Parts: sequence; C-alpha cells; structure tokens
Amino acid sequence: MQFNKKDILDMASLSVEEINLILDTADQMKEISTRPIKKVPTLRGKTVILFFYEPSTRTRTSFDIAAKRLSADTHSISASTSSIVKGETLIDTAKNLEAMRPDVIVIRHSSAGAPHLMAQLVDASIINGGDGMHAHPTQALLDMMTVREHKGRIDGLRIAIVGDIAHSRVARSNCIGFTKMGADVMVAGPPTMMPMGIETLGVSVTHDIDEAIRNADVVMMLRIQRERQESFLFPTLREYSITYGLNTKRLKNAKKEVMIMHPGPINRGVEISPEVADGPFSLILDQVTNGVAVRMALLYLVLGGARNADPD
Amino acid sequence: MRILIKNGNVIDPGNIEGEMDILIEDNKITEIHPRHTASDGPAADTVIDASGKVVVPGLIDMHVHLREPGLEYKETIESGCLAAAYGGFTAICTMPNTNPINDNAQVTRYILKKAEMADTALVYPVAAISVGSQSKNLCEYAELKEAGAVALSDDGGPVTNSELLRRSLEYAGTFNLPIISHCEDIALAARGVMNEGAVATQMGLAGSPNIAESIGVMRDIAICEFTGSPLHIAHVSTSESVHVIREAKSRGVPVTAETAPHYFTLTDEAVRSYNTNAKMNPPLRSEKDRQAIIQGLSDGTIDVIATDHAPQTCIEKEMEFDMAANGIIGLETSVPLSLRLVDQGALSLSQLIEKMSINPGRIIDRMNRIQTGYDANLTILDLEKTFTVKADQFKSMSRNTPFDNWEVKGKAVLTMVNGKIVFEDL
Repeated sequence: MQFNKKDILDMASLSVEEINLILDTADQMKEISTRPIKKVPTLRGKTVILFFYEPSTRTRTSFDIAAKRLSADTHSISASTSSIVKGETLIDTAKNLEAMRPDVIVIRHSSAGAPHLMAQLVDASIINGGDGMHAHPTQALLDMMTVREHKGRIDGLRIAIVGDIAHSRVARSNCIGFTKMGADVMVAGPPTMMPMGIETLGVSVTHDIDEAIRNADVVMMLRIQRERQESFLFPTLREYSITYGLNTKRLKNAKKEVMIMHPGPINRGVEISPEVADGPFSLILDQVTNGVAVRMALLYLVLGGARNADPD
Repeated sequence: MRILIKNGNVIDPGNIEGEMDILIEDNKITEIHPRHTASDGPAADTVIDASGKVVVPGLIDMHVHLREPGLEYKETIESGCLAAAYGGFTAICTMPNTNPINDNAQVTRYILKKAEMADTALVYPVAAISVGSQSKNLCEYAELKEAGAVALSDDGGPVTNSELLRRSLEYAGTFNLPIISHCEDIALAARGVMNEGAVATQMGLAGSPNIAESIGVMRDIAICEFTGSPLHIAHVSTSESVHVIREAKSRGVPVTAETAPHYFTLTDEAVRSYNTNAKMNPPLRSEKDRQAIIQGLSDGTIDVIATDHAPQTCIEKEMEFDMAANGIIGLETSVPLSLRLVDQGALSLSQLIEKMSINPGRIIDRMNRIQTGYDANLTILDLEKTFTVKADQFKSMSRNTPFDNWEVKGKAVLTMVNGKIVFEDL
C-alpha cells in the first residue's frame, strides 16, 4: 500500500489501512533507535520545521530526534522567539516559512484547527503536534503502537480513558483512533470534565473510575491541569486524587494483565500515584520510546510516499 | 414627479392585499387603485410594471451594525445603506457599538447626518442603554430621543447590572424608547467560541451553552414584567429562549423578539471546517434549536427577522477560529433566505412581511404602510428570481458570509425610499 496523505491532521482523517501502515512502519523504525549508530540516510536533504506555539518537551524532542535519525535537517521555532511576539499572524508566518521551502512543518498550537488552516496555505506536509483541545494524532498513534506491541492487537480490547476528557486532545484522538481500530473505549471522569456529546465519538461514558478500571485491558490516565480548578471542574487536587486518581488500592480490582498509560507530563500523586506510575504495569516510558518510532514512520511516509518520489 | 407602480400584487398585511396600482407623487403615496384593466391608470412621469411581482411596505432591518464612526474600513454608513437598498431594505436600525459608542446626541446626529448624505436607506439610530455600554450609568435618553434615536441597546454584550436594566426600562418607557436586549450570562458563556454540543466536542472548541442565552432572556423578561415597559429581545437562537418568550407573551408581558436568518437556516454543523464566517454571538445552534426558531416564527413568538449584519474584514476573520471576531453580514442575503420559510410552508408571505416590515416598524414606531398619505417606502420582490450569492459583488464593504455561492430563490428587485428609487433590478 502507498501512503498518499499530504498532511497528518487528526485521527478522523486517517483510514484503518493508513493507521495499520503507520504502525507497521513504526515497528520497523523502532530498531534503528537501538543501533550503536542511530542514523539512516533516508531523508537526507529534507527540511523539517518544528513550529511550537505551545510549550512542549516530549513531542518536540521526539520529532527532532525522529527527523535526525532519518538524516533530515530540523529547525525549531517557538512562539516566544518568533515574530508572533511582534504580532505576525499565523497565516503570514505560514507563508513566510513556506517561502523557505521546508518539506514538513510540525505544528503545535493552542487553537483548534490551526494545523488545518496551515495545511491549506502551504505545500509542505503539515503534521499536527497537538492543536488546542482538538487533536494529537501522533500521541494516539504512539499509544496504539504501544498497546499493539504489548497486547498483540487493538481490535476487541477495552480501553479506559480517565480524567479531564473535555480539555484533552489526547483523549479525543485516542477515542477516535482506538474505536476505529476495533477497541471498546470507555471514558471516565466527573461530569464537569465530560464534554457534551462525547458519545458521538463511539465511546461509552461513566463517572465511576472503578467501573472503568474493572474491565479494562488498558487504563489511560490524563493529566489534570491545576488551572481547571478556577473553572470549577473540581474542588481541590486532594479530592480529585482521592476520587479519580489511580493508585495501587484501586488497581487491585483491575484485570491481572492491565496496562497503565499516561501521555505525560504526569502529576505524581494527583491523577496517578508514584507506585503505579513506576510500577510493573506502567508503560509510560515505553510510550515515549515508541513516540520516536511513530514520528520517524510519519516523516518517512509523508516524505517518502508517492507524493515525494524522487525523479531519479 | 409622479411614479406609477402598475399591476403588482400588493401585500400590506392587515391593510390591503391584491392587485393594485400605486401612484407616488414626490415622496408620498397619493393614490391606490385596484388594477386598471381597461385604462393605463393615472398619468405618471415614470411607470413601473410590477406584473408578477409582489409590492410590499419597505422592509426594515432593525438590527444592523454599521462601523461608522470609528471602524470605517469594515463598513461605512454609505456602504451599509447601499447594501440595505440592494437587499430590499428601506430602513435599518444601527446598533451603537461604534467607536465612539453612540451614547450621546452628538454621535446620533453624526450618524443621521452621514445617512442623509448617503441618501439611500433610512437610518434609525439605536443609542446605548448605558454610558460606553459599561452598565454603570444611564445615557441621556431624553436628548437621544430628541436627536433621533428610536431605541436603546447595549448590544454586543448584555447589561450586566440588573438594577441598571430595571431603571433603564422604567426611565426609557417615559420616552417611548424600547430597550433592545442582548441576552447573555457572561460567566456561563465562559470562553465559548461556538455552540456547546457534539460538534464543538468533536472539533475541540470551547462551547457556549444554550442556557448562557436563555438565562439572560429569563432575567430580562422578569425585569420587563416587573416594570411593565416594553422590551425587545435581540437575536434569539435557542429553543429554551423561544419557550420562555412564548410563556411570557401568554402572560401579557410586553416583550417582543427577533431572530436572524442564519439561526433558522444553519446549525453548528456549518462551523465544521473551522469556518470563521460561521462564527457569531450567539453562535449557530443545533438542529433542535433551528426547528424551535422556525416554530417560534410560525406561531408568532418571534415577531421580527433582523440580520444582525456585522461586517468584519479578512483582518478579523482569516485566522485561527477561536481568535477570529464574531459576526456575519446579512443585508444582501436576508430576503432570499427568509423566503425559504415561505417556500417550506413555515410562514405565509403575509407573515413574512409582518416580520420584516410591519412588526419592526411598530416596535420602533416607524411603520411603513402602503396607504395614501404615507411616505413612499416600499420594496418590490420577485419571488421566482433565482441567483447565486456572490460575496465579492456585495455592496457591503465586508465579505463575511457563510452563504457565498449559495443558489437562492427570491430577490428584492426595487427599493423605494421616500419616493426615490434607490435600487432597481426589474
């Protein structure tokens, strides 16, 4: 199968076949990172711009390493050091970057739809590194890769996603992605964190974390943002932790072979206890490792696919 | 100057209806006769053949934002009035959120002076309820009325101080100035940039819930009922609001309400592609709300169709969705979009004319009638004319419409203001 997508904008626009191709490619890419010399010449001469309007450690570093392991040149731009502080609009910034002929622009932005807007304006491939509360497709893909690696499949698994679903792009992309690949997704959290109509993504909803954990093959905890307290989503971190946090006691009711995941950065002692985060069921660091492989796969596919075939 | 409008199907609801010839001398309607089959009718300098067309009292859009003074790059009084004329409106009410805000007689007079120079549509200024629309002090209503203001509104946002709204209603009642209320609970609207619902959830955009509007409607109706002074509710978009207004009317509360064509034509699905030309406040709602709005129009709960014409340029619109400005323009699309309700059987043509001319005219005390002695403000409609909406050919200076390239049916083909033909496409 050939990969013909110009952009990776969200999980909704990827087909089952495309997701399988990405995951298969990522599985192969993973080996490169285990070599003594972690570099292949595949994308030599290609330019990747990492354009991050929002703070990021994991995603930006992961993309940077992924591109470099494939020999692409990378350039990082962050909001605070760019012309955005001078009032340049996203559209003008996009046009200016395009004029420098990059091959890929990875964008993270606090506004939902910003990568879609950019994709309409530039010839370079756009990869969404997270847009507002909308989508974080590379996170969902690395989560799927991790689950598939450890469970051998995605189809038929029960996935519980717990926390602030309303404000989470990771939750949305995982709901769409895992459901598309045949998993049963249940989202759990207090009603204040449950966005209206989330069931239209094909997931079931509970406000009881124990119910969500009881049947789950995979439990995915979401980061609680402290500033949400000001929007009355929860009274205190203490109460949240007691009512919705994942700890060893709560995990006793889970399946024996349950997998614990978290997109990071984790709040130790809030949504997840240190014992669970560092415990035997945790795949949190495997997710990070696989993030590099998935991003290598995506760069390879959008740049190496039919669209960019070398005339020689 | 004598103008004879011949053979038109004249519809002035509650007044006259039928094939009539209308004679206009200078700025007045002077004679109305049943169709002259035998003769050519009275002698005239100009004869307009309105065969197959509908002649109605001049349409009035009682909710229009022109951007002058202050933001003339978006819309001037001149361009807005021309857009009105092309859209079939003989009169428009201009909202006060200009820069400076129309909260004093000088600004009101400036707007009227500019309108007089434009000399196309009639402009009826709506002045602010509170100074700077800040909900702190009342404006000088007596002087504003004297200067030509026809109503009061802090539109763009709600009156946040309930006591000020109470006193405003009490005080404005003395001067026969209706209060037009933008109903919204700002805290509930939170940071919403579109309707709260499944579409917002799927798009990852913050939503504003229906109750952010309807709670505002409930409060304002309670104050209206308490004071007994007339209140007009702007841009109704939710089923809950329709319900509350319907109940209030059945109790005899002196409340009237308007909605805009986009609320009965579109739903929040129109936002799907992060289309900033489908972003406005209140936002496009669900299909259930759209149906409730149509029902409210049909049963008389909603008295008026007004456009909330809100010009914005690419500088405010071509960007990330959550950062883009609210508002769409409507003057040049209102007639065909509203006529769809007649086509769908939701409204009779007479009901539509009531909502686009008679009722707004009554609320602001500036009625257009097809009756001898009245100013000759009328609109001729061609119900069968189909055309493609082309935003780049609008007379408005702005292009922010979600209806660009829509195939529509029904069009104003002549607009007459004070006996002068300001637009003709017969």
